[in-house]
Amino acid sequence: MLGKLFPIPKMNKIAQAGVLVFRGPNACVSAFPIQSFSTSPCLNQIIKLSRMKVVDNSMLGRKAELASKPARVIHIYNKKGVGYLGDKVLVAIMGEKKRAYIVGLRQNQKENVPRFDSNNIVLVEDNGTPTGTRIRVPIPSCLRNREGDFTKILSIATKFV
Amino acid sequence: MAAPCRKIINQFVKRSLKCFEPRVIPCRWSNTVRNHTVEKHRHSPLSSTRELVNQQDSPSDVMVPREFRFVHPDFLPYPVWNRRDRVREKLEREDMLKRRAVIDIPEFYVGSIMAVTLADKNAPGKQNRFVGICIDRAGHGLYHYFVLRNAIDGQGVEIKYDMYNPLLLKIEVLKLEKRLDPQLYYLRDAPLEYSTFRLDMEPVSVLKGAQVPLNAIKVKMNPRPWCRRWERHNLKGVLPLDDYITEKMKKQKQHPQIEKPWEKHDLMLKARTSIDDREVDQIMTEVYKRKEKIQKEKFQKRGQEGKREVKKAQEVKK
Repeated sequence: MLGKLFPIPKMNKIAQAGVLVFRGPNACVSAFPIQSFSTSPCLNQIIKLSRMKVVDNSMLGRKAELASKPARVIHIYNKKGVGYLGDKVLVAIMGEKKRAYIVGLRQNQKENVPRFDSNNIVLVEDNGTPTGTRIRVPIPSCLRNREGDFTKILSIATKFV
Repeated sequence: MAAPCRKIINQFVKRSLKCFEPRVIPCRWSNTVRNHTVEKHRHSPLSSTRELVNQQDSPSDVMVPREFRFVHPDFLPYPVWNRRDRVREKLEREDMLKRRAVIDIPEFYVGSIMAVTLADKNAPGKQNRFVGICIDRAGHGLYHYFVLRNAIDGQGVEIKYDMYNPLLLKIEVLKLEKRLDPQLYYLRDAPLEYSTFRLDMEPVSVLKGAQVPLNAIKVKMNPRPWCRRWERHNLKGVLPLDDYITEKMKKQKQHPQIEKPWEKHDLMLKARTSIDDREVDQIMTEVYKRKEKIQKEKFQKRGQEGKREVKKAQEVKK
């Protein structure tokens, strides 16, 4: 009787498959048994705990890439709590807290603004100077009019699209 | 006694009525057109289909090439019948032709390699050039757009351009080609070598009047995860995906609700999502005529300018 009144939700189809697959920016495959999963569609947005790719030539970024432990966003310095192109974020990388700027996004962009295949960041020190000396990937040209600390990042960029 | 009394009363009435006179108060929506007004003009005979069809029945003197509609899909209107506005469509077409008189928009297809020069106030030369393969083109009328993709420094980059954006300075087709699929978004999940093109690529010339070459390349995809369920898209330009998907996914793919075998027989769906063939002919004839006229004017202008230059040169010589 109780079961009829309050039907127990059926187990998700993905869970039955036994393999957990995330889609979108935080794509990963895990062969371990399921612990938790989300059935909502991916937002492709930079929120807390989004995984980012460090695209400058800093030692810290390279180390994280080699260890396949990508930087995770732990705070976004705006009121929305969603990071967009050119926003400043705080990331956790190799057990350290670092500030960084978003320089490329995977989500769909407006016309004439490039969309990248990964979510890119450039690490900066607390005083605003970039940690690396060179950026390995192209930077959106629409970020060129940014002022303040962002000009330091533009000065180490190699290409603009 | 009665006359002055009446005067006073009249004055009083006039004054009190002044308060109720309608005044024009600027409000928030005063600069917009009411919805029912728009609706009225939508139902006016000017924007009815019958008239258009009647016009079409009259024999036309110009012969439009059959492939013209495939070269210019941007002139085709939005197919959803209850959201169409024929007056707006006509005005849009006029605007598009005006823009085409200024900038040369060449023939291209999904799969062609293109270069776009964009006005960019932040760039040192006030210009920004991007080369890439066209992976999609869509949008109706003035809102037609195309997406270019390239891999620069091992990083896939895609840019969407509005075709009639006045910021576009130049559109070049470096290699005119077609692919097997109407959209190439699957290149996102393929190795980057399939979407890498040199930024200083030189244009490949194509014989005029020759058929557009078809690039029948089959792309080898990366293993999953993918950004979409490509096994359900019936892609032609991709090597078989059977090695990448599970048995369960193969079974799911054949499910009637996913395969939708009835869709190709659904005449109502076809009517809802496509435009009548006769109307397309009519639009294309109109566009073809206007285009020829604009080209003639352009040639004349060039001829006049040339004459002026010759005159100037002669004067300088004297």
